[in-house]
Amino acid sequence: MEVTMTHYLVLAALLFLTGMTGFIVRRNAIVMLMCVELMLAATNIVFAVFARAHADGGGHVFILMNFAIAAAEAAIGLAILVEIYRRRRTVNVDDLKALME
Amino acid sequence: METHANETLLRWIVLAPLLGAAVIGLLNRRLPRRVAGLLACATVGLSFALSVVVFLRMLGLDPEHRRLTDILASWVAYGNLRIDIGFAMDQLSAVMALVVTGVGFLIHVYSLGYMAHDDGFRRFFAYLNLFIFSMMTLVLGENLVMLFVGWEGVGLCSYLLISFWFDGEANAVAGKKAFVVNRIGDFGFLLGMFLIGVTLLPHLAPGEGAFSFAVMQHHAPLLAPVATAIGLLLFLGATGKSAQIPLYIWLPDAMAGPTPVSALIHAATMVTAGVYMIARMNFLYVLTPTAMAVVAAVGAATAIFAGTIALAQNDIKKVLAYSTVSQLGYMMLACGVGAFAMGIFHVMTHAFFKALLFLASGSVIHAMSHEQDMRVMGGLRRKLPVTWWTFLVGTLAIAGVFPLAGFFSKDEILWKTWSSGNTVLWVIGFLAAGLTAFYMMRLVSLTFFGTNRASEEVRHHIHESPATMTVPLVILAVLSIVGGWVGIPAFMGGGAHFEHWLEPVFAGGHAAGTHGAAHAVHDTTMEWILAGASVAWGVLGLLLGWIVYTRRLAVAEAGRRFAGGLPYRILENKYYVDEAYDGAFIRPGYRLSRTVLWKGIDAGLIDGLLVNGSALAVAVVASVLRLFQNGMVRFYAWSITVGLTVFVLYLSFSG
Repeated sequence: MEVTMTHYLVLAALLFLTGMTGFIVRRNAIVMLMCVELMLAATNIVFAVFARAHADGGGHVFILMNFAIAAAEAAIGLAILVEIYRRRRTVNVDDLKALME
Repeated sequence: METHANETLLRWIVLAPLLGAAVIGLLNRRLPRRVAGLLACATVGLSFALSVVVFLRMLGLDPEHRRLTDILASWVAYGNLRIDIGFAMDQLSAVMALVVTGVGFLIHVYSLGYMAHDDGFRRFFAYLNLFIFSMMTLVLGENLVMLFVGWEGVGLCSYLLISFWFDGEANAVAGKKAFVVNRIGDFGFLLGMFLIGVTLLPHLAPGEGAFSFAVMQHHAPLLAPVATAIGLLLFLGATGKSAQIPLYIWLPDAMAGPTPVSALIHAATMVTAGVYMIARMNFLYVLTPTAMAVVAAVGAATAIFAGTIALAQNDIKKVLAYSTVSQLGYMMLACGVGAFAMGIFHVMTHAFFKALLFLASGSVIHAMSHEQDMRVMGGLRRKLPVTWWTFLVGTLAIAGVFPLAGFFSKDEILWKTWSSGNTVLWVIGFLAAGLTAFYMMRLVSLTFFGTNRASEEVRHHIHESPATMTVPLVILAVLSIVGGWVGIPAFMGGGAHFEHWLEPVFAGGHAAGTHGAAHAVHDTTMEWILAGASVAWGVLGLLLGWIVYTRRLAVAEAGRRFAGGLPYRILENKYYVDEAYDGAFIRPGYRLSRTVLWKGIDAGLIDGLLVNGSALAVAVVASVLRLFQNGMVRFYAWSITVGLTVFVLYLSFSG
C-alpha cells in the first residue's frame, strides 16, 4: 500500500482531534498543555505535507516557527503552572476561577 | 469707501479703564483704598483726556474725513466673513466718547466720597472701570460685532453693580431681573445681526468686513429688502438696553445699586446705548419707514407712560428712574422721526442733568442716613445748600426751562416731531414734558421744602456731603446750564453747531432715505410758538408741582382723594405691569419649567431615558454576557472549538 498525502492528512486530523478533545475534557492543566502540543504537532504535519506537495519551502519555515512558538508556550505555560501550584497546591483548572469574580 | 485716517490713540481710550479694572480687581485688598480709588479715577481721566485730544485732532480735519480708525487685530477671517477687533471714531462716537468719559470721570470722583466707607470699595471701582471699558468698546467699536461685545459688557457690569450689595435679597433679584430682561432684547439684537450677515455676505468681496459700519453703510441698498425686519429686531435690543416699552421694567428696579451706579449706568450712559445704536444704524433705519414709525411710537408711548408712573412714586430714586425711562422715550422718538442728531443731543444734555439729579439725590440719601422715601424728607434746602442749588438746576434743566440744556434738546425733539408731520406724537411728547416738570417739582418740594419729617436721630445727622461729592455736582450743574448752548437752533440765531457737527454721519442716511428731517417744514413762526408753548407748559408744571406739594400738603391729599384712590393706586403700582408680566410670562414660565422642562425633559427624558436608560441597557446585556464568563477554561475551549467549527463549515459550504 502506497502511503499518500491523504494518509498523512488523516493522521494529522486524528492527532488534532485527540489534542482538542483532551484539551476540552481534561482538568489537569499540565495535561491540557500537552494536548496543545499535540494540536501544534498536527499542524506541523499538515505544513510538511503541503510543503512537499507544492514543492515549496515556505511550509518548512512555518514548521520551524511553530517549534519556537510551542517551546515558548510550554516554557511560559509551565512556569505559570508551577507558580500556581506553589500558591494553590492544585493545577485543576476548574478550581482556578479567581479572575471571573 | 473713503479712506480713513489711522489714530492709534483710540485703543488707549478704550484700554486704559480695562487696565485699571484689571489692576484693581486682581490686586483687590493688596491695594490701599486711596490707591485703588485714585487709579480708577486716573484711568478714566486719561480716557477723557485722550478723547479730548482725538476730538481736537478731528476738529482740524475736513468734515468728510472725520473718521479715525484703529484696527488692532483680525478676529474672524473665514470665507468672506471678516470681523476685526478695532475701533473707529467719527463725529457721533466722539460726542458719545466725550460724554461717557467726561461724566464717567465726574462720577468716579463722586464715588470716592460716596463709597468711602463701603467694604467693597475696591471691587466697586474695578466694576466701574470695567463698565467704562465696555461702554467705550460699545461706542468706539468699528463694527456691529464690537458694538455687541461692548453691549454685553455693559450689561454684565450693570448686573454686577445693581447687585453690588449682594447680601440683600432684593438687590440680587433686581440684578437678575435686569440681566434676564436685557437678554430678551439681546436675542433680538443677535437675530438682527445674523440677518445682516446672511443678507450681505454673499455680495461682499473677500476681506470686506460685513459688519463694519462703513461697509454696511456702503452696501445699505442691499439691505433694503430686509431693512424692516432688521430694524425691528435691532430695536428689540434697544428696548431692552434703553428701557423702552415693553422691556423697561428692569430699570426702576436697577435703582437697588449704589447711587453713583444709577447715575452713571442707569441714567447717563449705558441706557443710551440703544439710542446710540439706532443712530449709528441710521442708514438702515431710513430705509424702513415702518420700523421708524414703530421706534417713534414706542418712544412717545414710553415717554408718557413712564412719566405718569413717576407722578406717584415715593422713592426718590424711583421717580428719577421713571423720569429716565421717560426721557429715553424722547430720544427714541427723536430717532423715530428721523432727527437722529436731536436724539443724540438729548442723550448728551440728559447725561448732564440726569447724572446731576442722581448724584444730588445720592447726596440727599447720604445725608438722610440712607433713607430714600421722600415722605420722610423735607426742608433739606438749608441743610444741604450745594445739593439744593444743583438739584434745582437739574430740575429746571429737565423741565425744559430756557436757557438750560434740557430746553434746547427737548424742544428740538418736539419741533422735529411736529415738523415731520407726526402731530399725535407731538401731543403725547408735549403732555409728557408737562408731566416731567410736575413730578420733578413734586420731588423737589417733598425733599427740599417744608419741614423735615424724619426721626430725631436721622435729622441730627443731616450734613452736607464732602467736596469729592459736591464738586462733581457743581461741574455737572454748570454743564446742565451751558451744555445745550452748543445746539442753539437756527431760528433763535444760534448756529445749531451740534446738528451740523453730526451732519456727515447722518447725511448718507438722509440722502438715501425719504423719511424724517428731509421733509422738515421750515416755519420759524411756528417754531417760536411751539418753543414758547413748551417753556410755558414746563413752567406751569413746575408751578403746579410747587403749589400742590409745598403750599398746602393738604391739597395733595385732597387731590389724591379726589382721584378716588383708584387711579392713584394704579400709578403707585406702576400700572401693575410687573404683576401682569408675572402672570403672563413668569408664572407660566415656572410652570413650564417645572412640569415639562424639569420633570418631563430633564428628569424624565435625560435622566430617566438617556442616562439611566443607557446604564440599564448595558446592565441587561451584561447580565446575559456574564453567563459566558464562568471561569471554566474547558468551557472556553469548547466555545472556541464550536465557534471555529461553525466558521469553517460556513466557509466550506457558502462557496
